Amino acid sequence: MTGHDSQKPAVPAALSVGRAVPRLEDPKLLRGQGQYLDDIALPGLLECAFLRSSAAHAKIDDLDVEEARAMPGVHAVLILADLMPKLTSGRMPLGASPTGGQSNSTPFVLSNSEVAYVGEPIAMVVADTRYLAEDAAARVKVAYTPLPVVTDARAGMSADAPTVRTELESNVLNSFNVGFGDVESAFANAAHVFSDDLWQHRGCGHSMEGRGVVAEVRPGDELCVWSSTQMPHDLYYMLQSMLGLDQDRLRVITPDVGGGFGPKYCLYPEEVAVPAAARLLGRNLKWVEDRRETFISSIQERDQYWTVEVAVDANARLLGIRGRLVHDQGAYAPKPVNLPYNSATAMSGPYMLPSYSMDVVIVHTNKVPVSSVRGAGYPQAAFAMERTMDLIAFKLGLDRAEVRRRNLIPPEKMPYTKKLKARSGAAMVYDSGDYLASQAEALEAAGWKDFPDRQARALAEGRYIGIGIANAVKGTGRGPFESGIVRVGQDGKVSVYTGATAMGQGIETALAQICADGLSLPVDDVRVIAGDTARTPLGLGGFASRQLVTAGSSVHLAAKSVAAKALAAASVILDVPQADLELKDGHVRVLASNRAISLAEIARTLRGAPGYAFPAGTEPGLESAMHWRSDSLAYANACHVAEVEVTPELGQVEIKRYVALNDSGRMINPMIVKGQVEGGIVHGIGNALYELMGYDDSAQPVTTSFQEYLLVTATELPFLETILRETPSPINPIGAKGVGEAGTIPAAAAIVSAVEHALAPFKVRISQTPITPEALFRLVESSKTN
Amino acid sequence: MHEIEMLINGRSYSGLAEARMTLADFLRHSLGLTGTHLGCEHGVCGACTVLVDGASVRSCLMLAVQAKGAIVETVEGLAATDGKLSPLQQAFQDTHGLQCGYCTPGMLMTIVELLRENAQPSEAQIRDAISGNICRCTGYQSIVEAVLLATGGKSAGRMSE
Ligand code: FES
Ligand code: FES
Repeated sequence: MTGHDSQKPAVPAALSVGRAVPRLEDPKLLRGQGQYLDDIALPGLLECAFLRSSAAHAKIDDLDVEEARAMPGVHAVLILADLMPKLTSGRMPLGASPTGGQSNSTPFVLSNSEVAYVGEPIAMVVADTRYLAEDAAARVKVAYTPLPVVTDARAGMSADAPTVRTELESNVLNSFNVGFGDVESAFANAAHVFSDDLWQHRGCGHSMEGRGVVAEVRPGDELCVWSSTQMPHDLYYMLQSMLGLDQDRLRVITPDVGGGFGPKYCLYPEEVAVPAAARLLGRNLKWVEDRRETFISSIQERDQYWTVEVAVDANARLLGIRGRLVHDQGAYAPKPVNLPYNSATAMSGPYMLPSYSMDVVIVHTNKVPVSSVRGAGYPQAAFAMERTMDLIAFKLGLDRAEVRRRNLIPPEKMPYTKKLKARSGAAMVYDSGDYLASQAEALEAAGWKDFPDRQARALAEGRYIGIGIANAVKGTGRGPFESGIVRVGQDGKVSVYTGATAMGQGIETALAQICADGLSLPVDDVRVIAGDTARTPLGLGGFASRQLVTAGSSVHLAAKSVAAKALAAASVILDVPQADLELKDGHVRVLASNRAISLAEIARTLRGAPGYAFPAGTEPGLESAMHWRSDSLAYANACHVAEVEVTPELGQVEIKRYVALNDSGRMINPMIVKGQVEGGIVHGIGNALYELMGYDDSAQPVTTSFQEYLLVTATELPFLETILRETPSPINPIGAKGVGEAGTIPAAAAIVSAVEHALAPFKVRISQTPITPEALFRLVESSKTN
Repeated sequence: MHEIEMLINGRSYSGLAEARMTLADFLRHSLGLTGTHLGCEHGVCGACTVLVDGASVRSCLMLAVQAKGAIVETVEGLAATDGKLSPLQQAFQDTHGLQCGYCTPGMLMTIVELLRENAQPSEAQIRDAISGNICRCTGYQSIVEAVLLATGGKSAGRMSE
């Protein structure tokens, strides 16, 4: 293994799963020797810049590229018509859809007649350097005729609203109802009915590394594309069809990825334009997104407006929920519209809900297109549900945790089937978990019981402190499969190949641990190669907290199968019955004897050699490929308790304590789990308090740098207290559940619950995120005048 | 075009740069020292932090010509020549102070500067020092813990495991 610190004690074989094994990824990254997209150096590499729309909605009357083309160092200025000879379509396919195809809501590779959001790519400049490419892009002259703009999804859905694109008849992309049970009679028979309007605002994923793509033209009409993507295989399939390329002429590689968080789980126009231009010009090309481009061209998410009505019995037990969810889709729908479906079906979360009816309306606006950002619709659902729980408690004068306790699914009801279907069409079955115990443990750790005393004392000193709680469940490990190939080399070192994508989550280490245990080897003897379509024929990539569950299960099964193969081969080679053999420390040993054969030797034997006999009854190669299949999800759960202090005069929120309990099933590496949870919490805190992607009334973005759009920094945070529970999942062979998003989902709801609680003397109701100082200040002021 | 020479990690480098080329681009693309990363190119994220004549700078905001003749330290210079990680780097690995590793070079250089001024920083001082470095992955906790581990400090927080 490159870069492994040899001074560290070797991890004893067969003991790595469940331990905080130091990450194999780290040594090279810590030395600055990672290879991220922008680090790829190729001979004669030219750089690209995109001219992007400055109008939120306009007709393009004229595009004059002559001056830009004539500039020194500029090799080409390309518009859609220039690329068309290398494309099978000028419009992007519906991402991640196996049937491909375009809808009239997918974006264009480059827009040529109309633009529908600020940031939409129009033309592409190829030059010696990015500096020159940007200079030239600034000299492309575009004549626009402005068209009417839709900035608010609720206004956009009305019949007389202007359309966000002239090709549309309506801004409503889709509408449907999600529901079950008899909601009408639930409301008719309820002891109490309450209602609320909620808004959760969009933000961007903002991985520290932007998106990017490098295309290398190789002899024989071959093309190699590197992309900072979460889904190299999808990019491979899409490029194959968009460029009309032979499958053997294309290779897609994901290098080190500087964070994904959802926006890199999408196929973008630039990922088609750059390879197409490389083929057109016969040159190696690179484009790397700068931060301003992230703000105006990478996927955003979360803008949803919920109207929620809840019916409860006299004991605050849920009878029914009904309402409407308006989802802001932005200008295009690059993917099938899964997010609002996720939101609507996830709303009831860890609670028992007898009846439900949610009308979902998906509406286009003239803003950056929307797809998944960490949590993918679940944070909004958790926000809506947890706000509803708080509302019930507030209205009935009950403790907020008590209301939740009465409605949580008890452990004896597991597995619990929700009367809803997952996106795959399978029933939503919560596989395992003890939500009551989770909540009790989190409350205990956070000192929930004593809080009223502490709050009263603080109030007497003129300080406004509050505590908030939120629960969440997340369906993880989305299938239908992920690949895991385990191969023992002739030196005994093991390679794992997978379609999973590493983007910082530590998936390489976790898979290496699983493989190492399966083969009774030190973790360092395993190397994981992720995200290369030439090495792994099948794969889906990184999203929906799925990779450890799916790839992990495949690697586990593949390692087991390699182990079985090694035993079978050793039995023949050593002429000892299999029952008398064991696999240990990289060797098959004869029990009660010191005879042994190494995995390396077995691999060399199974490699075969001309003229040498092959062990009878064994197959060539010490390797196995598994594609563990699953349509069900493994449900992780979390309970977060936040404590804050609010300064009402300033609208300022200080987080005093944050306790997060997370149950993601069996943990392969608790250190990685804790890190994922902490990162997720902080993302959610950003959503709650800071991250505001602003647009003005004409849909011009007004936050296009980190000076205007605030991310959480180290000083805003308290010491994060993370409690890890471990309820194994029965639905996969390793018992794991996903963790990448579990920390984000309840965080905003917990913070808002705490802020509202701190401001209880003002009786404010907080129905939105982010709750900026200004918004908070206004709430407090208006409560004083009311 | 300007001929620029500088001492980087104890080695002399030279290259040609336009007056407008940033130090970050010069390091990364002209000299091939790609360990220094760009996260925002407008001076807020800190990913591009390097030390110039001993002081941290955002190499996306400094022009290469301004660093002419300077002594520059980058992430590539932190590990020993035999590849052994520095105690700070090792602490990052031990506490899981990095996930994607993209912000890490800037974090490390910021902390190197901090530790030269204050060998035993408190948790609050550490948070303050890295408050100009954005990490989207870790939530900072494990980075703070890395610095405490490397300096023998203790967290004021409640350890719950
Ligand atoms: S890249 Fe220099 S501060 Fe962000
Ligand atoms: S480790 Fe990914 S941004 Fe810090």
